[in-house]
Amino acid sequence: MSDRPNPLRELVSARFKEYIREPEALFWSFGFPILLAIGLGIAFRSKPADAVHVAIVSGTAPTEPLATYLRRDSALTVETMSADSANAALRTGRVALVVTQLPTGGLRYDFDDTRPDSRTARLLVNDAAQRGAGRSDPLASTNRIVREPGSRYIDFVVPGLLGMTIMGGGIWGLGFSIVDQRRRNLLKRLVATPMSRGQYLASYLLSRLVLLAIEGGVLLAFATLAFGVPMRASAFTVVTVVVVGALAFAGLGLLIASRSRTIEGVSGLMNLTMLPMWVFSGVFFSSENFPRVIQPVIKALPLTAVNDALRASMLRGIELPGLWPQLAVMIAWMVICFAVALRIFRWR
Amino acid sequence: MTTSTPALLVEDLRKHYGDVKAVDGLDLSVAAGECFGLLGPNGAGKTTTIEICEGLLAPDSGRVELLGMQWKTDEHALRERLGIQLQETQLADKLTVEETVRLFRSFYEKGRSVDEAIGLVQLDEKRRARVGKLSGGQKQRLALACAIVGDPELIFLDEPTTGLDPQSRRQLWDLIEEFKSLGRTIILTTHYMDEAEILCDRVAVVDHGHVIALGTPQTLIGSLGAEHVIQFAVETPATPIDVGELRAIEGVRAARDLAGGFELQVSTLHRTVPALLALVARHGGELAQLTTHSASLEDVFVSLTGRQLRDE
Repeated sequence: MSDRPNPLRELVSARFKEYIREPEALFWSFGFPILLAIGLGIAFRSKPADAVHVAIVSGTAPTEPLATYLRRDSALTVETMSADSANAALRTGRVALVVTQLPTGGLRYDFDDTRPDSRTARLLVNDAAQRGAGRSDPLASTNRIVREPGSRYIDFVVPGLLGMTIMGGGIWGLGFSIVDQRRRNLLKRLVATPMSRGQYLASYLLSRLVLLAIEGGVLLAFATLAFGVPMRASAFTVVTVVVVGALAFAGLGLLIASRSRTIEGVSGLMNLTMLPMWVFSGVFFSSENFPRVIQPVIKALPLTAVNDALRASMLRGIELPGLWPQLAVMIAWMVICFAVALRIFRWR
Repeated sequence: MTTSTPALLVEDLRKHYGDVKAVDGLDLSVAAGECFGLLGPNGAGKTTTIEICEGLLAPDSGRVELLGMQWKTDEHALRERLGIQLQETQLADKLTVEETVRLFRSFYEKGRSVDEAIGLVQLDEKRRARVGKLSGGQKQRLALACAIVGDPELIFLDEPTTGLDPQSRRQLWDLIEEFKSLGRTIILTTHYMDEAEILCDRVAVVDHGHVIALGTPQTLIGSLGAEHVIQFAVETPATPIDVGELRAIEGVRAARDLAGGFELQVSTLHRTVPALLALVARHGGELAQLTTHSASLEDVFVSLTGRQLRDE
């Protein structure tokens, strides 16, 4: 006879070891969100506003003094080229606007009005040319530049990435692992012992929360330190949102895994579940872009609720009482998924 | 529990899958301390029977009692006292031997220490090895360690040596012999005759979901009334050999036509073989093949069903 190890601790530690001994899984949970944040951070980093490239067609008239007027505006980069080269540069997007001096002394602008930078160039060039030619502005104006953390793309996307990590962890972490154990007959073997089924499921939830604390912590620490992404609500609020969201997705993962016997079967179900949320739930762009009629459906998706709650708390400093609609959606998913999953779960 | 309570009692057990009668009116009684074998070809219903006994499958009808208890009322108490090895369980590859055994140990109130269980199955040298790196025989011994770590009174082993090389099989047999000597009840299924003959105190031969013969291996083999089996084939006989002629030879208890030859069950090998050679010579044929072996459970199965237990 010997002392009995604590079964819940053994189950959680087995979960944990199985997980950290899988290098690919480690990359997908830790490396991937960080690489994505780095990539997006570089692409959308805060930098001096890009100068807009414009072309002046040479040959129709002397390019001076027009070129000098335009060069006074630091937001413009001016090149002179032949009409053919200028048109080619415009078509390929190398310049945003082509300026042609007409024999009458006026100017003609060639540009694509669906390109925002072309429209900007049109306004800047016209302004600079008119002022250079002697226009005086009736209203005096000055500029004050405001570049505030919280309104940049990186600020928008980090809560989305965190939401995606929570979803992926819950659905993959439970779905894949449970079905793998069922496929290997290991679930049946465990059920053939006096193991408590409640502790078995609890071990998944606990190990998920521990891993999520690490994954989410790494992502948030990186986003805060490297990009200055703000954290305006209390840590308690953000952690509560993360934990409730994680439990909702754990329920969804359990439901997905409750019947499947094959990895192929469960992979299909997982993708079927996650794909709509990747698209509609506002990970990389705002879900407000979708038509108003489907907004109620989008708002009812668990990832939308998690992402909205994370953005509201991190970026706008809204605390728990203001997040009840999102938390209600998450809790509803959690309760319904767990109830159905436990009813139909195939233990053998 | 009195000694008269059987470790396992099965009465009129039935389990049908659609038209397939996997278990069809099966009765068993296994005494405490016995090593009992369920013997039969693949698909005979052995695994279905044993999984019903293990409480992993519900029967359509029939009674199952283990250690005087029933699954419906005493599931948790039974789980504490049973040790189970399933056919084809793949334990977690990423855990080590020691971690796996400790995990299983944690499920039982009482039991052996992890060291003891690992020692019993002789995996001490592999205790820090990952399960995924073990050989087939080592994995099977680990499965055995998980089955006995709760120090069970009743051990179920489903095809414990299937797919193993001869050396690993023999090693596993030694381990099972050791558990027998500890006085535990063992119930195992197998389709290997030699395994059942060596390990089991009693065997039940199962075919088409019910028991067709029951007894000690010695009794069952003795029931053939023949100690030896001769198989032979004849090339180019001038006149065909008739099974009736073979039955008439002295010492032949049974004769049958096999594909490409004949099989005789024989009580007196030294008298029968010369007479057989004379008969073949009379027919102007030549022996293409002649083998003899001592009668085994395999022959019992063939004589009961007219089929080989497995195709080799």
